[in-house]
Amino acid sequence: MAVTTAASRNTRDDTIVLIGHGMVGQRFLEALADRGVTGRARVVVLCEEPRPAYDRVHLTSYFSENASPEDLSMAEDGFMARHGIELHVGDPAVSVDRESRTVTARSGLTVVYDTLVLATGSYPFVPPVPGRDAAGCFVYRTIEDLLAIEAYARGVSSGAVVGGGLLGLEAAGALKGLGLDTHVVEFAPRLMPVQVDEGGGQALRRSVEGLGVSVHTGVGTSEITVGDDGRVSGMALSDGSVLPAGMVVFSAGVRPRDDLARACGLPVGERGGIVVDEQCRTADASVFAIGECALACDGRVYGLVAPGNEMAETAARTIAGEAGAFTGADLSTKLKLLGVDVASFGDAHGTTDGCLDVRYSDARSGVYRKLVVGADGTLLGGVLVGDVESYGVLRPLTGSVPPVAPEHLVLPAGAGAPVTLGPTALPDEAVMCSCHNVTKGAIRGAVTDHGCGTVPEVKKCTKAGTGCGSCVKVLGQLVTAELEANGVMVDKGLCPHFAQTRAELYEVVLALRISSYRDLLDGHGREGARGTDGCEVCKPAVASILASLAATVGASVHVLDGEQAALQDTNDHFLANMQKNGSYSIVPRIPGGEITPERLIVIGEVARDFGLYTKITGGQRIDLFGARVEQLPLIWTRLVDAGFESGHAYGKALRTVKSCVGQTWCRYGVQDSVRMAIDLELRYRGLRSPHKLKSAVSGCARECAEAQSKDFGVIATANGWNLYVGGNGGATPRHADLLAQDLSDAELVRLIDRFLMFYIRTAEPLERTSVWLQRIAGGLDHVRDVVVHDSLGICGELEALMAAHVAGYRDEWADTINDPERLSRFVSFVNAPDTPDPTVRFVPERGQIKPEPILLTLTETVTA
Amino acid sequence: MSNVISPTLPLTGTVELRTAEGWLAVCAAEELLPGRGVAALLPDGRQAALFRDRAGRLYAIGNVDPFTGAGVLSHGLLGTLQDRAYVASPLLKQRFDLADGHCLDDDSVAVASYPVRVSRS
Ligand code: SRM
Ligand SMILES: Cc1cc2nc3c(=O)[nH]c(=O)nc-3n(C[C@H](O)[C@H](O)[C@H](O)COP(=O)(O)OP(=O)(O)OC[C@H]3O[C@@H](n4cnc5c(N)ncnc54)[C@H](O)[C@@H]3O)c2cc1C
Ligand code: SF4
Ligand code: FES
Repeated sequence: MAVTTAASRNTRDDTIVLIGHGMVGQRFLEALADRGVTGRARVVVLCEEPRPAYDRVHLTSYFSENASPEDLSMAEDGFMARHGIELHVGDPAVSVDRESRTVTARSGLTVVYDTLVLATGSYPFVPPVPGRDAAGCFVYRTIEDLLAIEAYARGVSSGAVVGGGLLGLEAAGALKGLGLDTHVVEFAPRLMPVQVDEGGGQALRRSVEGLGVSVHTGVGTSEITVGDDGRVSGMALSDGSVLPAGMVVFSAGVRPRDDLARACGLPVGERGGIVVDEQCRTADASVFAIGECALACDGRVYGLVAPGNEMAETAARTIAGEAGAFTGADLSTKLKLLGVDVASFGDAHGTTDGCLDVRYSDARSGVYRKLVVGADGTLLGGVLVGDVESYGVLRPLTGSVPPVAPEHLVLPAGAGAPVTLGPTALPDEAVMCSCHNVTKGAIRGAVTDHGCGTVPEVKKCTKAGTGCGSCVKVLGQLVTAELEANGVMVDKGLCPHFAQTRAELYEVVLALRISSYRDLLDGHGREGARGTDGCEVCKPAVASILASLAATVGASVHVLDGEQAALQDTNDHFLANMQKNGSYSIVPRIPGGEITPERLIVIGEVARDFGLYTKITGGQRIDLFGARVEQLPLIWTRLVDAGFESGHAYGKALRTVKSCVGQTWCRYGVQDSVRMAIDLELRYRGLRSPHKLKSAVSGCARECAEAQSKDFGVIATANGWNLYVGGNGGATPRHADLLAQDLSDAELVRLIDRFLMFYIRTAEPLERTSVWLQRIAGGLDHVRDVVVHDSLGICGELEALMAAHVAGYRDEWADTINDPERLSRFVSFVNAPDTPDPTVRFVPERGQIKPEPILLTLTETVTA
Repeated sequence: MSNVISPTLPLTGTVELRTAEGWLAVCAAEELLPGRGVAALLPDGRQAALFRDRAGRLYAIGNVDPFTGAGVLSHGLLGTLQDRAYVASPLLKQRFDLADGHCLDDDSVAVASYPVRVSRS
C-alpha cells in the first residue's frame, strides 16, 4: 500500500524535519541526498546528543583500539553544508503538534514541517533494582556514557555488567579494557541467549572466562549495594551471593524511544515502538519512524543497524516519490566480543518445522559451529562461535541448497573437509553486505564496470563494508577473485606484454642500460609476448622511460629516431596535438608566459599566413589550431627561425611553468617569480615523464600563479621559496602539499630535480604526481624522507640523472626540420605527398576557422 | 585469397594494394616502418592505411576512423592480441583488426580491408 500525499512530491518550499541524528538518521539524510531531495526541500535535523551522528556499533573500539570520538563520526566533512542541511546539535525535540505540523525543540526553536521523520533510537533499560541510581551506576549507549565510565573507572578496581547479551558483552569488554576485575551477570542460562544456542553459549562462556571475565549465568541482580559514601560497593545476586564491584553497567536490553510519538497521539506497540507500515509511515501519513524506535510492519522492533538502514532507505524513497518497502529483515550478527568471534544468522535456533541441525564442537579451542538445514537440504541458519571464517559465505547462502554437504561446512579446514567454499561459489543475487544490502553482483559490477581494484574503492563505490564491517574480509576475496576472472589488475603487470609495473621496468632499463623497446620486450617481456609487436599501452610507456633516461642509457634523445618513432603516441610522432578532425595544433614554448612584442608578431604572422585558429591557452601561451600534417614543418621552420622551441604540448612531459608578474612590477612581490619560472621551465623542458608535468611560480603568498594547483609549485617568501608538490587542477583537483620552506635558488632547484626524478622512477603510466603521492606507501612523509633527507641514499643518482637530461636537451622541432629523413614522414599520403587530406575541412566562425562538423555513418562498406 | 602475406625479411620491393581496379603501387617497402602506418590515397578518393608488423607481415585497412570521420587510422599504434595485429585509433582509441578491419571494441563497426603484396621488380 503506497499512499501518495503532498509529502511524496516535495517542492522547494517543503520542509522535512528529522528528529534524532543517530546511525539511522544519518543514513536517512544520505539517502535523501542521493535522491536529490536535499536539493529541493529544506531539511532540518534536531540532534539531542552534543555531537553529530557517530558509529555506535564501534563504540567499544574507543577502548580497544584507542579510537577518538572523532574517529567514530559518521557524516563526512562538509556533508551537511554541501547538501544545505540545517543540523541543530544538542537541541532535542520536546514536542510535536500534528495539528499545526510543528516541532518544538528545547531551545525554543519551532519548525513547521511537511514531513516529519522520527529516528530517536532506544534507551537502555535499567531494571528496577534497589540502588540503581547510586553513584557508580552507568548505562552504555553514547559516547558521553563511555567517557563517564572511563572517568569513574579510574577510581575503582572492579566492575559488574548486568546483562550477558550482545551489549553486555561489549560493555564487559570495555571494563576489562579499562583494567577492572570484570563480572557479567546474565539472568538466562547462557550468554547471548537471543543469538546463540546452548552449545554456542557454552563455547562462548569458556572463551570469555578464558579472558579473565567472571561469568554468572542463571542468576538475577537483586540489589546494588551502596557504601556509606553513597557509591556502589557491590551487587547482591538472586542466589544469595554478593559480588564486590566498584561500578555497575546496566546492559539489560533497550526500549524504543517512542515518548514523543505517544505524546502526540501516534499509535505505539504494546511493548513500545512506533507503529509503522511497509513504507515506514506512522498512522499519520506525513510522519515516518525509522530505526530502533519503530515497530515494523512484521511486529518487530529491530535493534540492529542493518534493518535500521533499510528503513532509512525505504522512508527516503517514499518521500522522494519512489517505490520502496521494508517488510522485515533477518537478525544475522557477527561480532567480535572480547576477542571472541560470534556469528548467528537466519533461523539460528532451528524453529522451522522439520529442520535438522549439524554441529561441530571443540571445547578445547572454543570453536562451535551449528548449521540449521531444512528437510530438502536448504540452509536455514546457523551459529558460529570461535571461528567465524565461513560466515561471509554461509549467510548469503541461507535460503539455498549449498553446493557442499553441510557436514563439510561445519568441519574445520583440514579435518576431512574436502572443499573450502569460497565466495565465488555464490550466486550473483547473494547479499554480501547486509548492512547496506549489497549483492555479490553489485560488487562484481563495481570491479568490472567501474574499475574498482581494491576493497577501499569497492567500499566507496557500493557502500559495502562500511557498516558493521563484518563482510570486509569476504569482500576482499571477492574483489581478488573478480579481478583474476577479468585477467587484469591482480596481475600488477603493465599490460599483456609485460608482467612488470612501470616502476619495475624503469629499474630494469636503468640497471641494465637497455636502450630499445625490442630488447626490453624480447628479454624481459612475458613468456608469449617476446618477439611480438607489443601494444598501445606498453609502447608509449616504455618510450617514455627510454626518453627520460635517454642520456643515461644511451638511447637516442630524439623521439622520432629509429625504433623510438614507432613507439610514440600519435601526438609525439608528429610533435603536435591531433585534433578531432585529424588536423594538428601547434604550441610554441613561451617560458614563464613572458614574450616580446616581436615574437608575438611572428606568431600572429604565422597564424595569419597559414590560416590557423589562434587562442590563448589556460597555460599562459598561445595555441595555433588547424594545421595539416604537411604544413607542420613549414610552420615550424618559421617559428624556429624566430627563436621558438617546441612547447611539448603533445608529450607526457613538462608543459608550462606559469608565473605571476612578481617583485619586478607588483607592489606585493617579494621575489622575482618570472625569472624563476623561466629558469625552471628551461631546465625541465623536454623532460619525459609518466604523465604531463605542470608548474607555476608566484611572487608572494597571494598566489596569482596558482602554484598550489601544480605538480610542483613555488611560492616566494621573504627568505626564499616554498616548494609545494602534488597539486592538480583538472578532473580531480588537489591542493599541493608543502614539501620544504624558505629554500635558496640552488636548494629549490636541487629539491625539484630529486622530486621529479623520484616521481619518474616510481610512478605508474599516466599517474599524475597528485595520484602518485597519495598512492605510494608512506605518502608525502616518505617522499620527503627520500628527497629531502636522502633516506634511500639515491639523491646523488637522482641529481645526476637530471643533470644528464639537462645537458642532453635538444629542441625536437629544430632537429626535425633539419633532417630530411624525419621530414619525409610529414605527408598525408605516402603515394601522393602533395595532396592534402580531403577529410580535413574547415568552416568559418567569429573571423577564424573551425573543423567542419562531420556527419558520421558508422559503416564503410568493405571493398576487396 | 588471403590479404596477408608473410614475406621473409628484409623486405624490399614495391608495396601494392588491390582495389576494385586492380593492384595499385603505393610505396617502397622500406618506407613502412615496423609498427607504424602510412596512408595511401586510392583512385576513387578513398583512403587506406598500410602497416607492417615486426615479423614483416603487411596489412591494409580503411584509413577513415568510423567513430570520428577523420582520416587518422594510419597514425595509430600497432599492437598484438593473441597473435593478431590491430591498430588503436589515435583519436578515441578503438582498436581495429588489421587482417579484416573489424572493430575489436564494437562488433557492429568495421572498416574496409585490402589485400597487399610486395612485388619484387
Ligand atoms: C589548449 C588547452 C586549453 C586551452 O585552450 O586553454 C588544453 C587543451 C588540452 N588539454 Fe588541458 N589544456 C590546457 C590547459 C589545461 C589546464 C590549465 C593549466 O595547465 O594551468 C588544466 C588543469 C591543470 C592540470 O592539468 O592540473 C588542464 C587539464 C587537462 C586534463 C586533466 C588532467 C588531470 O590531471 O585531470 C587533460 C586530460 C589528460 O591529460 O589526461 C587535458 C588534456 C588536454 C588535451 C591534450 C586533450 C587532448 O588529448 O586532445 C587538449 C589538447 C591541447 C591541444 O591540442 O593543443 N587537460 N588543461 C590548454 C593548454 C595549456 C598549455 O599552454 O599547455
Ligand atoms: C555498544 C553497542 C554496540 C552495538 N553493536 C552493534 C552491532 O555490532 N551490530 C548492530 O547491528 N548493531 C549494534 N548496535 C546497535 C546499533 O547501534 C543500533 O541499532 C543503531 O544505532 C540504531 O540507530 P538509530 O538511529 O535507530 O538509533 P541511535 O543510533 O540510538 O540514534 C538515535 C538518536 O536520536 C536521539 N534522540 C532521541 N530522542 C530525541 C529527541 N527527542 N530529539 C532529538 N534527538 C533525539 C538520540 O540521542 C540518538 O542520538 C550496538 C549498540 C551499542 C550501544
Ligand atoms: S602573487 Fe603576489 S607578487 Fe605575484 S602578482 Fe599576485 S600579488 Fe603580485
Ligand atoms: S555486512 Fe555490515 S558492513 Fe557489510
